[in-house]
Amino acid sequence: MKKNNCLSVMLNGILKENPVLVLILGTCPTLATTTNVFGAFGMGIATLMVLICSNILISLLRKVIPDNVRIPCYIVIIAGFVTVVQMVVHAFLPELYDMLGVYLALIVVNCIILGRAEMFASKNTVVKSALDGLGMGIGFTLALCAIATVREVLGAASFGGNAIAFLSDYKIEFLVKAPGGMVVYGLMIALVGALTHGKSPKKKEFSCAGCPSAGICHANTCAEGKEEV
Amino acid sequence: MEGFKSLIVILLSSVLVNNYVLSRFLGICPFLGVSKKINQAVGMGVSVTLVMLLATVVTWPIQHLVLDNFGLGYLQTIVFILVIASLVQILEIILKKFSPALHQGLGVYLPLITTNCAVLGVAINNITDGYNFVESLVSSLGCGLGFLLAMVLFSGLRSKIDESEVPANFRGVAITLIAASFISLAFMGLAGIVDNLFA
Repeated sequence: MKKNNCLSVMLNGILKENPVLVLILGTCPTLATTTNVFGAFGMGIATLMVLICSNILISLLRKVIPDNVRIPCYIVIIAGFVTVVQMVVHAFLPELYDMLGVYLALIVVNCIILGRAEMFASKNTVVKSALDGLGMGIGFTLALCAIATVREVLGAASFGGNAIAFLSDYKIEFLVKAPGGMVVYGLMIALVGALTHGKSPKKKEFSCAGCPSAGICHANTCAEGKEEV
Repeated sequence: MEGFKSLIVILLSSVLVNNYVLSRFLGICPFLGVSKKINQAVGMGVSVTLVMLLATVVTWPIQHLVLDNFGLGYLQTIVFILVIASLVQILEIILKKFSPALHQGLGVYLPLITTNCAVLGVAINNITDGYNFVESLVSSLGCGLGFLLAMVLFSGLRSKIDESEVPANFRGVAITLIAASFISLAFMGLAGIVDNLFA
């Protein structure tokens, strides 16, 4: 990431560093909310809003927040925006609110948001951070919708709640259940790996870099611990 | 006796049927990340159980004595995450100071748990399900044990994957997820066990 113009910052999140399919962040909401395209899209947009807002605010405050207590500060900022989004969804889209349930509140611990705050917003200008948030959010939403489309169309023979008549006899109900989510997600990752062959930084293993808590965790403690155990 | 039965039902259903990792998808990151070796999996599982219990001990009274009393229910998310994060940090400091041996075993996993969605999820779910204090404790214990069980089973499976030949594109995360789905599938078979327990 040397000479970044604004467009490439944004596209980066959508394609090259797609948070769900390449960086493997935010696995919990990805698996939990993709049984239905409507829910997946709602989750994606909710996360997108929180991501942009928190990225902007954290970037604005990046010179004010003391380094030692930055993670608690980020968490408070993120939790504040999540509460706002929760209230807005509850007020205007009660249907979506019921569908997402606890996962809406759990955006606060979504690794993507804290990860971007730590890795990007705390080091870059406001405009770039906002674009990064937008790109990552769109990437997240697209990936969620892609997984949800596969699961809903093949598993429940519907799309966004609208039944698809000619598929109704051929439902693979396994796909909308819990294990089906993992299978589809795994296949998607393999597919993206095959398509981008070598072009995207393929993540081979889970490491500290991709760990959601990398910011809080004193990376050394973790690495040392792993070796000792 | 009735109360005791309902506690058993809560415990078993949170360990087996509504397993947090395998059917509710909470805490997937540590489940996939720290399950390579069995002793790591045990350490992580025990730490999560401990933190879940402690988090419930603290968040349940906060919700019912403070937030509900003063009509501040909307602050739940912010208050809970802050309380849990500081709780974990304090626990780590205490362990480091008073029991270095325990810190060696469990403490290294604590920073990873600070923003674990399973811990926050248990705290919030205990409130939404309307459990009383004892039921909340039992349910957190069950969720923690369920997490531990899933981690240990999965680490066994993963050691087998390491020995087998996996197609290039599936190596790493993809095959891990697909393997996890098998464990999840096995747990689906336990779905009816609790309903008929006392029938």
